[in-house]
Amino acid sequence: MRKTECLAMILAGGQGSRLGALTKKIAKPAVPFGGKYRIIDFPLSNCANSGIDKVGVLTQYRPLELHNYLASGSAWDLDKRDGGVFILPPYAREKGADWYRGTADAIYQNLNFIDLADPDYVLILSGDHIYTMDYSWMLEAHKRNKADATIGVFEVPWDEAPRFGIMNTAKDGRVEEFEEKPAKPKSNLASMGIYIFNKEFLKKYLEDDAKDQTSSHDFGKNIIPQMLKDGARLFTYAFQGYWKDVGTIESLWQANMDLLQDEPPFELHGEWRIRSSNPPLPPHYIGKDAKVKNAMVSEGSMVLGEVENSVIFSGVTIGKGAKVKNSVVMPGAVIGENASVDYAILAQRSEIAAGAEVAGEKGAITVVAEGETIEKAAGSKQAG
Amino acid sequence: MKTVMGIINLQEDNKLIRELAEHRAVESIPFAGRYRLIDFSLSSMVNSDIPNVAVMLPDRPRSILDHLRSGKDWDLARRHEGMFYLPSSTEEGREGDLKNFYFNLDFVEHSAEKYVLLASGSFVYNIDFTELLRFHQNTEANVTMMYHTVSGEQTGSNIVIDVAENGLVKDIAEKPVVYDGSKASMGVYLFDKGVFVEMVRYAYEHGGSDLILDGIIRRADVYNIYACEHDGYVSHVDSTAAYYQANMDILQPEVWSELFMGEHPVYTKTLDNVPVEYKATASVKNSLIANGCIIRGEVENSILFRGVTVGKGVKIKNSIVMQKGDIQDGSLIENVICDKNVVISKDKWLKGAPNYPLIVAKNAVI
Repeated sequence: MRKTECLAMILAGGQGSRLGALTKKIAKPAVPFGGKYRIIDFPLSNCANSGIDKVGVLTQYRPLELHNYLASGSAWDLDKRDGGVFILPPYAREKGADWYRGTADAIYQNLNFIDLADPDYVLILSGDHIYTMDYSWMLEAHKRNKADATIGVFEVPWDEAPRFGIMNTAKDGRVEEFEEKPAKPKSNLASMGIYIFNKEFLKKYLEDDAKDQTSSHDFGKNIIPQMLKDGARLFTYAFQGYWKDVGTIESLWQANMDLLQDEPPFELHGEWRIRSSNPPLPPHYIGKDAKVKNAMVSEGSMVLGEVENSVIFSGVTIGKGAKVKNSVVMPGAVIGENASVDYAILAQRSEIAAGAEVAGEKGAITVVAEGETIEKAAGSKQAG
Repeated sequence: MKTVMGIINLQEDNKLIRELAEHRAVESIPFAGRYRLIDFSLSSMVNSDIPNVAVMLPDRPRSILDHLRSGKDWDLARRHEGMFYLPSSTEEGREGDLKNFYFNLDFVEHSAEKYVLLASGSFVYNIDFTELLRFHQNTEANVTMMYHTVSGEQTGSNIVIDVAENGLVKDIAEKPVVYDGSKASMGVYLFDKGVFVEMVRYAYEHGGSDLILDGIIRRADVYNIYACEHDGYVSHVDSTAAYYQANMDILQPEVWSELFMGEHPVYTKTLDNVPVEYKATASVKNSLIANGCIIRGEVENSILFRGVTVGKGVKIKNSIVMQKGDIQDGSLIENVICDKNVVISKDKWLKGAPNYPLIVAKNAVI
């Protein structure tokens, strides 16, 4: 491989157990988001748009759909002769096979790949955040600071800071202290799980960490604290803009709803386009008696009923008289005539029978799992 | 269908659809919100597992080349076979499409396939050609064409046939107007390769200019010609009226489903457009809306292509707005076709007649 300045590694192996029924069959980064995307489209598009054309994607948990989705990487223009997307699942070595035991271990197990790509810098990303970011600016800051490592941080509201890994910094942005979920935070700069390391520096720490039997092989818990202890040059890079961790049902739902604001929280139509694999589907059809407002609707859907405050993915059918409100309806779901759906996430190819009702509420979003059918409750009144 | 090579012919006459075909071939006119007309014949060939598809380029090929590029979106960017471009002949002094076939005959002769499937790129349908091949083999025809039964009156250049019950074509002719019940060609012809090569060579060398007229119609008695009926949706887009009508046909959910949502998709050049954003003031009825649109006004019985913006207080009725149209606050358009990149500025009213849509040229600002 040709030498690379900056290699990106996306940690896409997370189980996403807090997403419950949505990740029963697929890995978290493959979860659909925003009407046509999957979560992993965001870091991948950010890489492509930032001019990073060599990207390793570390997969592990239920990888089939994710592998199938990434395919050759052509959707992100990452099917390069020398570069592009490299899918990196755990693999067997002479002394047996290991699952990735933590974020640091996942990278450690792929040091061969990193050596092959031979980058000056390694950018570590996670596959479960929604944001648009130009990593080349962060890399510039890293070089300017002559840093060993740079950590992307985001200002969170002070009252939420105790839920995050918090960076306490000097005026010039140099990290002095890292506190994981501090009860009394001294700063509100939360780590975004985005790191740039000098390659040789990272390699040394990963090799040392791998030998440590007591380590949980995690960047936040082990690697970063050890680097600080050794007095390494760690800097923060403050990201301004929309950034959302979509690791829970509520946050995933909220991030979808955020797109429905009259001015969406980040530019969707501009140069910084989020790319994704586009299915061969026609423009969607809105029926004679349909009502659609404050909504997003994607290709191949047929809407004959009412849709409000909702995100409708591709190939969804919404029958006559059906009402869909405050919900996220994923690809291929079918909502029968006169059915009603409120405060819900319907996973791919789920079905709500005619006249059936799915009602969650704010703070308690109902999830209908992939392929599941909700029948009309016995004894409920026939509409109309 | 590995034994068949496809040729898509892009030589549709533009005289009845000049406004939309001024800067592009008829087959390259945007259609149904995100497609170009050629996508339908091309996708049908791909879905029929035809491995080798040649595109006979029109005189103004830029728009077609920009659309098809490597053929990747149709899965035709292959190491072996896949998509080929055949340049049109620059030979002076003879009109028609026949010379293009004549000067590209070596390409046909040297391909490994046994049959040649020729399709015009200006028809809208979604067909699996496997049945046509079976029919062709069973009847031992030299040429098998596909036809559909016309409903209503249809003007333009129509190839009509008289066909026996067993499919044998008894008469074939070109007529400027056809009526309800006529059997009209769908521009799809399947040939034994040897027959195709002989037909092109003979017709051109005897002064012919048009493949169908001089190759087939004038020599109908020489060949064993059969015809196979297609009873699904078909539309021949060779006039502005036919273009408008075919778009409106897609607003029938049955037609939309038949063309696009069956087993065989229609492929087109993909763009990374955002799902449609319906804002609080949007009201949309009986319409086809492509991704990338942002809607704040009213849309009824209309087709919006990718990336159209509809401002507040706008009313769009019985209209077609092509890619990146910008319909600004308070304007009204009815029975209008806006070509690509049209801007209708604030509070403008534009109205065509129901049977004669008003056409706004590409890049115009009103």
